[in-house]
Amino acid sequence: MKGIGVSPGIAIGRACVIKNSKAETTGVLLNDEADILANINLFDEAVHLAIHEIEAIKQNPDLTFHEEDISILDTQIEFISDPQLRDDVVEKITTEKKNVSDALIEAIVNMVEIFRGMGDEYMQTRSADIQDIGNRILKHLIKSKSGFTQAFEPGTILIAEDIAPSDTITMDTRNIAGFATQIGSKTSHTAIIAKAKGIPAVVGCGDGLAVIKDNDLIILDGLTGLIFINPEDKIINEYNCKRDTYISYSNKFKQLKDVQSITTDGTEIKLLANISNADDLEAVFDNGGEGVGLLRTELLFMNRDSFPTENEQFGFYKKVALQSKGKPVIVRTIDIGGDKQLPYFDLPVEQNPFLGYRAIRICLDRTDIFITQSKAILRASTFGDLKIMLPMISNIQEVRQAKILIAQAKQELLQASISFNASIEVGIMIEIPSAAITADILAKEVDFFSIGTNDLCQYTLAVDRMNDKISHLYDPFNPGVLRLINYVIQQAHQHKIHVAMCGEMASDPLTTLLLLGMGLTEFSMSAAAIPTIKNIIINNDTIKAKNIYNKVMAMDNSDSIIQFLQENTVQ
Amino acid sequence: MITREYIITSAQGIHARPATTLIRLTKSYKSVICIKRPDKIVRLNSILNILSMAIKGGETVTILIEGDDEAIAAKAFDQFFNEELKAL
Repeated sequence: MKGIGVSPGIAIGRACVIKNSKAETTGVLLNDEADILANINLFDEAVHLAIHEIEAIKQNPDLTFHEEDISILDTQIEFISDPQLRDDVVEKITTEKKNVSDALIEAIVNMVEIFRGMGDEYMQTRSADIQDIGNRILKHLIKSKSGFTQAFEPGTILIAEDIAPSDTITMDTRNIAGFATQIGSKTSHTAIIAKAKGIPAVVGCGDGLAVIKDNDLIILDGLTGLIFINPEDKIINEYNCKRDTYISYSNKFKQLKDVQSITTDGTEIKLLANISNADDLEAVFDNGGEGVGLLRTELLFMNRDSFPTENEQFGFYKKVALQSKGKPVIVRTIDIGGDKQLPYFDLPVEQNPFLGYRAIRICLDRTDIFITQSKAILRASTFGDLKIMLPMISNIQEVRQAKILIAQAKQELLQASISFNASIEVGIMIEIPSAAITADILAKEVDFFSIGTNDLCQYTLAVDRMNDKISHLYDPFNPGVLRLINYVIQQAHQHKIHVAMCGEMASDPLTTLLLLGMGLTEFSMSAAAIPTIKNIIINNDTIKAKNIYNKVMAMDNSDSIIQFLQENTVQ
Repeated sequence: MITREYIITSAQGIHARPATTLIRLTKSYKSVICIKRPDKIVRLNSILNILSMAIKGGETVTILIEGDDEAIAAKAFDQFFNEELKAL
């Protein structure tokens, strides 16, 4: 069987099948008034916990949400806290003397039936939502019986239809060797969590997964997406070998930590990391990162009910600067809007949020927000090698305007006699096609470029990367995208400014040599990806990279490019 | 009490997302706010009740607002039904 491999590694172990168990009523009736009150309290508490659980998911910094996800979670909160549901449950507890679980189960069954009976197809499918929130509340009423909170045997391979975001957080994963789910994609929560915890995972396996029973012997390959159920000894042996190779391979990567990232013919390559706060720095240095190519600042603005003050921001940047061991840290100014909303900053709903009021566009409109952030970064710049990076630049006026505001921030600090790095570098993200095409113009005004391939790809190809129907068109190997990237790198070199890449592509082993061939020498990626890329760099030279680059740029379609790169770069 | 009539401008009617927005809007005012159709009236604080009305795009509904802040609330509902709803 085959699914989508989302977290590499080989897992061999016994299956534990998690079913969305059907809750049964017990028929136990309540005795007296005190029982009744206690049961109503239990319900309110369970509702409270269930809401809290969802709020925690929403605010988990490790998970990034699309606008759609947030609105689904918000709707779930409304369902859980619904006064009508509570009335129904309380009614059953007080007048029928049902215990709280029975009351909830029955109230949900009734509600599901009402919705199923409605003539409207949309409303019929909402019955599943109601069932789901019933289960969620119930989970908090009968804690011990919940599937995911149980303790697992060592080496367990978890088989489930899907793993809900809340479950991935509450689950004890220490004994879990692997995950396999029926539904899901590369960006689903299971994938993100598994990757973060280094647990092999395969998602999107489909109905085939239903044949797996508890304690079946399972082999799961998180790279290829292959799953074997009770395989022959021959396959088990083969995969035992593969697993050992993988483990020794990843151990070898750890040893690469202190190896200098330099090609065999002596070109030094800077491997930087993308981080969200000071705590991420430890993993950066553990993986041999040489600085921060992208410090996202959104985290600082989230999970709160007002904008952070200059002092609060200063504390955040200072902490990063102090822990950065003198290595460069590129701070991206706030990139909200689009799919990233702040509860206290009322942004209108837009038809095309990715083409809308976001990032630098907000900053140049609400200059108070931008100046506060600039001042905080400037103040922290005396504690480390901080640089400022502006996201979503589409033309040179925006750069000039932003630089005037930064100058104003400096002036305000000067007047207050607060010290800062007066010659702090200011660079821009290249993620809008117009910026890429005018790289020659922009290079004259900034100290560095950082190519953001995710948005650049989406905007160049006119493909919404969240839309499943067209996900095959989201193709970073499209010659149009490659030409833009190449042009940006050439222009940066010509104007003698730094150029780095901080998008997804920088961590794709398939593109390392191609980008090297284009002349890119600074790559920024998630800390975990650094060893893989370093391993490619230290085993190759720039002549080979140049050859690959020349051949790829002469090709007319991404299929050939991908095939060629697979044959020529992966070892 | 303030009474307003609106035509539902979202193609899919009042589905989960606009219902959620409506409830949150309602909760931000002290007034008691209800949604009414000839056959049914429910308070706008329960997503289950709102969805069970299965209000479709193009339908006309009546909103009833009563309380200290009914005038401001009515303005917000004007804005929601006349402008924001079509994007939801």
